[in-house]
Amino acid sequence: MSNAVEFDKIDVIFGNRQAESLELLDQGKTREEIAAATNNVLGVADVSFDVPEGEICVLMGLSGSGKSSLLRCVNGLNAVSRGSLRVRAGEDMVDVTSCNPTTLRNLRRKNVAMVFQQFALFPWRTVEDNVGFGLELGGMGPLERREIVREKLALVGLDKWANKYAHELSGGMQQRVGLARAFATDAPILLMDEPFSALDPLIRNRLQDELLDLQEKLNKTILFVSHDLDEAMKLGNSIAIMEGGYVVQHGTPEDIALRPANEYVADFVAHMNPVNILRGRAIMHRLDSDQKSGNTEFLLEDANIRVTLQDGVVRSANNGERGELKLINYDGTLPDELDATDNSIVFVAQEDVLLKDLIEMRSITQNPVILTRDGKVTGTLGRKEFFDSLTQTASVAD
Amino acid sequence: MEWLTETKIPLGQWISSLMDALNEHADFVFYTVSDVLEFIIENTIDFLVWLPALLIIAVFGALAAVLHKSWKLTAFTVLSLLLVVNLGYWEETMETLALVIYATLFCMLIGVPLGVASAHRPWLHQAMRPVLDLMQTIPTFVYLIPTLILFGLGVVPGLISTVIFAIAAPIRLTHLGISNTPKSLLEAGESFGCTPRQLLFKVELPSAMPSIMAGLTQCIMLSLSMVVIAALVGADGLGKPVVRALNTVNIAQGFEAGLAIVILAIVLDRICRRDHKEKSGQ
Repeated sequence: MSNAVEFDKIDVIFGNRQAESLELLDQGKTREEIAAATNNVLGVADVSFDVPEGEICVLMGLSGSGKSSLLRCVNGLNAVSRGSLRVRAGEDMVDVTSCNPTTLRNLRRKNVAMVFQQFALFPWRTVEDNVGFGLELGGMGPLERREIVREKLALVGLDKWANKYAHELSGGMQQRVGLARAFATDAPILLMDEPFSALDPLIRNRLQDELLDLQEKLNKTILFVSHDLDEAMKLGNSIAIMEGGYVVQHGTPEDIALRPANEYVADFVAHMNPVNILRGRAIMHRLDSDQKSGNTEFLLEDANIRVTLQDGVVRSANNGERGELKLINYDGTLPDELDATDNSIVFVAQEDVLLKDLIEMRSITQNPVILTRDGKVTGTLGRKEFFDSLTQTASVAD
Repeated sequence: MEWLTETKIPLGQWISSLMDALNEHADFVFYTVSDVLEFIIENTIDFLVWLPALLIIAVFGALAAVLHKSWKLTAFTVLSLLLVVNLGYWEETMETLALVIYATLFCMLIGVPLGVASAHRPWLHQAMRPVLDLMQTIPTFVYLIPTLILFGLGVVPGLISTVIFAIAAPIRLTHLGISNTPKSLLEAGESFGCTPRQLLFKVELPSAMPSIMAGLTQCIMLSLSMVVIAALVGADGLGKPVVRALNTVNIAQGFEAGLAIVILAIVLDRICRRDHKEKSGQ
C-alpha cells in the first residue's frame, strides 16, 4: 500500500535562532537546555515514520509533547525546521517543507483537511456556509456548493440545521459541523487536532463511534491527535507516542499495550483498561501452518478437545468424556439462551474480537475459544493465554 | 537659563513657512479639491433640503423599525425629528447631516484600510500611534487655521478638520478588530487554503466587523461634536445658530440648536448601533 504521509527526520524549532538550536539538538541537548541557551522551543525532534493510505494514525502524548506541532506541519501551519515531509497529492508526493505557496494552497484545498479542537467555526456564517467554506475558496458556485454541503451535512446527521449559526448548536453538533466542513472538499487526508477533547465523555464516545462508522464508508487517511490512550487505542490502526518532541514508540495498539518501549509509555498503558483494547490475535496461541491447513485435526491441550478442520474451517470439536461439542459462532453478541455455564460448547470467533468479548465467552464455558480470519482457523485462546494477557499489562502497570 | 532662551527654535516659523510655501506653489491643488468637495456637498444638501422633511423622517423611522424591530425607537426617532422641524432647524439639520455623512464616509474610506494595514504591519502601527495621538489631542483650533488658509472659508475646511479629528477612531477600532481575530479562525482559514486576500475578506474583516461598526458609530459621534467648530470656519449647519447665539448671548436660540444636535446624534447613534443580541447572532 502506498503512503499518504511520510515524515522523514522532521525537526521543528519555534523561534528565530533555528540554526543554533539545531546545532544544540545535534549535540544531544534536551528541550530545556536548548530553551535556556537560545530561548527557542523544541517542538518536534527527529521524527520519521510513514502513514499508509486509509490508516488512522493517532499521535499521542501529554500536552507539550509535540503531537500538535507535528500534526500542524502536515498542512504547513507549522514550518518544519529540518527534514522532509511528503504528503500525497493524487499520484504525486508533495514535500510541504519546500513547496511554493501555490502548491501548498492547492494541497490544503484538495488533499488535506483539518478539524480543530475548539471547532474553529466562523460565527458569522451559517452551518451551511461554514461547511461550504473550503469549496467557496476553490471558486465553486453557490448552487453546486449547496448540493455537496447538503450531502455532507446528511453524512453527519445535521441536514436539518443547515441555516442555523454555530453558537445555536451544542458542542457535539458544532464538531460535527467541523467534520462536515473537513469532508466537504473530499480531501483524502484528514488532520484532527484533539477534535473530541472539548466534549463531554458521552458525546466524545459517540463521536468516536461515528468517526469509525464514517471511516468505513469514506476510507480516509486520518492523523488524529489525542492525549487519551483509550481514545487512541479505540481509533488507531497505529499509534505514535510522543514525549518531549520525540516519537518514543510507533506501533499497533497491541504493540503499545503489550510491549511498551519505556517507562513513559508504560505509564500511559497502566492507566488504560486492556479489555477494551486487546484483540484476540494479539494474545492468541498461533497455530502452525501444518496444523491449520487442509483437512487436519489438532488438540486443544488444556481442555483435551480434538478439533477437526476441513480446508482450514472448523468442522467439529470432540471431547473424550462429553463427546461431540456444540460449535457456536460469535458474531458480536452472545445468543440469549446462553446464560449459565455450559461446558459442552466451543466458541469460534474472529481473531480481531476484543478481549472484553472473549472474557464474556469464557464466563460461559471453560473451553478454549477458536479464532479465525476469513473463516479459517488462525489460533486458539485457552486459559494460559488469557491470564498471560491480563498479567502482562498488569506487570507493565507496576 | 538665559542660554536656553537666547536663541528660540523657530518651530512655529517653520510650520508657517511650510504653509506659505504650500499656499504659494500648490494652491491650485487645494482649491481644486476644495471646489470639487464643495460642489458635491452643496448638491447633497440641496437634494436633502429639496426632499420633503416628512419623507426623510419616514425613512429614518423605517430604518429604526427594520433594523431594530423596536417600536419605541421608531416612535422616538419620528417624534424627535418632528420636534426639530417644529423648532425650525430642519434645513440646518440636513446641512449638518450631509457634513456628517461625508466626514464619516471619508474617515471610513481612509481609516479602515489604514487600520487593516497597521494590523498586518507592526512597524506601521508603531509609526502611526503617535500621529493618531496627536490628531486626537491637538486642539482643533490649531489646525483650523492652516486648513482655512489652504482651503478657504466654507464647508470644506470644516470637513477636513472633522476628518482629522474623527479618523483615529475607525483606524484604531479596525486595527483592534483585525488583530483580535481569533487565531483558531485564522488557522481554519489557512488550513482550507485561503489566499492572503481571501483570508482578509472571508475571515479577518467579518471577524472584525463588530469592532469596525463600533468605529463607524464613534466616527459619527465625533463628527457631530465638531459641527460648532466647523461653523466657525463657515460650514453651514446646526453649528451656525449655536455660534450666532454665543455671539449675541441668545440663550433660547443656543438651547434649541443644541437640542437639535443632540437629537440628530442620538437618532444616528441608535440606528447605527447594533445591539448585543444581533452581534452574537451574527
